[in-house]
Amino acid sequence: MSVAYEAHEYDVLVVGAGGAGLRAAIAASAAGAKVGVVMKSLLGKAHTVMAEGGVAAALANVDERDNWKVHFSDTMRGGAYLNQWRMAELHAKEAPERVRELEAWGAVFDRTHDGRILQRNFGGHRYPRLAHVGDRTGLEMIRTLQDHGIHRGMTTHMETTLVALLLDDGRIAGAIGYDRERGRLRVFRARAVVLATGGFGRAFQITSNSWEYTGDGPALAYRAGAELMDMEFVQFHPTGMVWPPSVRGVLVTEGVRGEGGVLRNSEGKRFMFDDIPPLYRNQTADNPEEGWRYVTGDRNARRPPELLTRDHVARCIVREIKQGRGSPHGGVYLDIAWIAEKIPNAGEHIRRKLPSMYQQFKELADLDITREPMEIGPTTHYAMGGVRVDADTQMSSVPGLFAAGECAAGLHGANRLGGNSLSDLLVFGNRAGQYAAEFAQQHGPARPDEAQIEAAARAAVAPFERAASAESSPFLIQQDLQVMMQSHVGIVRRADEMEQALTKLENLRQRAERVGVAGNREYNPGWHTALDLRNLLLVAEAITRAALERKESRGAHFREDFPEKSPEYGGFNQVLRRGGDGRMELRRQPLPPMPAPLQVIIEEMK
Amino acid sequence: MASATFKPSGVREGLHGEDRGESKMSRAIFRIWRGATAPRDTERASQSGSGFVDYPLEISEGMVVLDAVHRIQAEQAPDLAVRWNCKAGKCGSCSAEINGMPRLMCMTRLNHLPLDKPVQIEPMRTFPLIRDLVTDVSWNYSIKRRIQPLTPRPPDDSDGTWRVQQQDMDRVQEFRKCIECYLCQDVCHVLREHQGFDEFAGPRFFTHMAALEMHPIDQGSRLKALREEFGLGLCNITKCCTKVCPEGIHITDNAIIPLKERVVDEYFDPLRMLFRRKTK
Repeated sequence: MSVAYEAHEYDVLVVGAGGAGLRAAIAASAAGAKVGVVMKSLLGKAHTVMAEGGVAAALANVDERDNWKVHFSDTMRGGAYLNQWRMAELHAKEAPERVRELEAWGAVFDRTHDGRILQRNFGGHRYPRLAHVGDRTGLEMIRTLQDHGIHRGMTTHMETTLVALLLDDGRIAGAIGYDRERGRLRVFRARAVVLATGGFGRAFQITSNSWEYTGDGPALAYRAGAELMDMEFVQFHPTGMVWPPSVRGVLVTEGVRGEGGVLRNSEGKRFMFDDIPPLYRNQTADNPEEGWRYVTGDRNARRPPELLTRDHVARCIVREIKQGRGSPHGGVYLDIAWIAEKIPNAGEHIRRKLPSMYQQFKELADLDITREPMEIGPTTHYAMGGVRVDADTQMSSVPGLFAAGECAAGLHGANRLGGNSLSDLLVFGNRAGQYAAEFAQQHGPARPDEAQIEAAARAAVAPFERAASAESSPFLIQQDLQVMMQSHVGIVRRADEMEQALTKLENLRQRAERVGVAGNREYNPGWHTALDLRNLLLVAEAITRAALERKESRGAHFREDFPEKSPEYGGFNQVLRRGGDGRMELRRQPLPPMPAPLQVIIEEMK
Repeated sequence: MASATFKPSGVREGLHGEDRGESKMSRAIFRIWRGATAPRDTERASQSGSGFVDYPLEISEGMVVLDAVHRIQAEQAPDLAVRWNCKAGKCGSCSAEINGMPRLMCMTRLNHLPLDKPVQIEPMRTFPLIRDLVTDVSWNYSIKRRIQPLTPRPPDDSDGTWRVQQQDMDRVQEFRKCIECYLCQDVCHVLREHQGFDEFAGPRFFTHMAALEMHPIDQGSRLKALREEFGLGLCNITKCCTKVCPEGIHITDNAIIPLKERVVDEYFDPLRMLFRRKTK
């Protein structure tokens, strides 16, 4: 039996149209490749629009002491030195050029007094480094890339979801998927594929991520034989909304703290002064006055403890809540209104600097942030882990298969600094696009055989052949998975809970195999959720296995049963791949040795 | 340091008292358009079985319309088609007409709607229907592709950068807040009533072109296209677009009217007309 499908052929197929995908498509196009971009949503709607605070690049517009070396060492320190040093180096060196180029394509960044791109303070960055547009930097970036990209000759396939990658004798040959509108199967033959699918926050209950974030890239790559890395490192952003319940998890930008916002418990105490990690003690203010001078631009002041790295701030918040000093709805207070004590026209200042935060709280929580503190708590935000790639080219272990942005691993190590995600997707989106185009030029067309296409197509429509029932509702299975992962593999982890999680994941997988959907293939969300579930279950297993094996606490990964950092575990990344018997195999991959000049930089900046 | 504005736990009393996360439940009915034939096509809709379906639902405090739609999807109608992404008013995907008003479902709170009668949710009427609440907005993408992109003047500096003052960025930044939800297109009578898709770009793209025309480093000109190709003259400034914009962009006052003035200056200024005739 052969299946009916619509066929397309490209040199480079880009999967995902967020920042990394669009930047890759622009780069591949510029290198002369015929480029197709598939995306789960409409063009311009990808999760990049949610990025608020800014894009980190050592432009040194605000503080001339900044340069790539400082950015490099900040990134490595933030990642607890599990980062791939080569990626951190390339990122720090190339980010400024990638940001300037956005300006040439129409991005309207906020300005300094002398008319250059303004930069703001952010957690873990030594100098003001984040180029920004108020608190909607991601929207500005995606619109700029979108409006530039549509004139660069790429073909877009909107609302199209992939179900499998196709191979030709071990090399990438394309992908198969379906369009949401009609549910028609589509086969994309390609000489190179760039995955830019973002993260997998939807594996958890409380998340700032949109429905699209189901780990498609890592799951597709894993099934095609590629390796995943650093899957245990999931970033819980310290400040998500907690009330009302329907918006629980929606992000509150770190920019609030960058503009002087402070964290307090129910006793009114600024609890972040209570626990400043030794690694950051020299750079952190030990009194509120110095912290305020820092956020208002005093170059001799040290940063307030609210701007410590996200993993640390999130854990301090959890501690306050657990010890009974939380807010009424299970969070703590984030207060920006207090700056009225310090500056005239504070209300107007807050509305200008944080317009979408003002609007978000006003409309969704009936709260005026210029007058009252916000209630916030940690929310699943970002995946440091993902597809293991070569640092320079972004190619995975499958020839012709590339990955960039959040769905790739390596740059951020155990914890990402705010602002490093937008620069990540520009720098490595560009590199992935470039090298994918080069790969396509150097290799002839690949031919996926019909048997692969048929098997993937059958699996995709299988849920229609099973009866829909309440027990097999894909939405309920997804909810159960999210609740389980939140409680068993969340911010604070323990071996026994994670062992249970593995058993529960097996049960969920069995339920998922019985999922039946009603209706037809046209724009059917039940069907889409059933297919996304397979990916979510796969990444959930990878997160859990890696988290169980890392018997220490480092960066975003916190073990209650191993609360300290262990030197032994500081020497390797954990890599997962599918073994011969179909089971997930985990191995320790020693960190590549860092060249002496980079080691010197890190020592100097300590 | 004590803060004058800081008010611990009692702070939210007026809204939800001392409860710790539990919320008051009540019931409401959601009247949702189902099917692949659009509501405006009354006759064909009834023949094809498309129409409003009532879904009763338990609702809790703080819910928005999109939450209700999701709950109905999970519990009652798994194939109910709805387009959404960020659920935070930032991506502009979940546009619909709620009790007849074009709005984002994720930013419309149930406690701002009368719940003693059914909440009516239907797809945007101006665009072709795909199914249920999802419309085909691809026409908008085809318009944007026809607009001259940013055409920058040479950089001011040897490192490839420009010097631009914040005040010159301000007015462009207002337009750049657009999330492309197309609610302004949905409500505009030139498109909605007169189907002017072939001769009119609509408020979204007038805002887009205003952002380009007023961009401090742009050297392009879209005035000819605005007049001849994109039907700027067809807009009779009824300001419906401004009223529905979820980002509060002053589409009519700050984008469309200044563009109209520029077109008038370019084409109808007597001195310029004379000059043009002489140089022809």
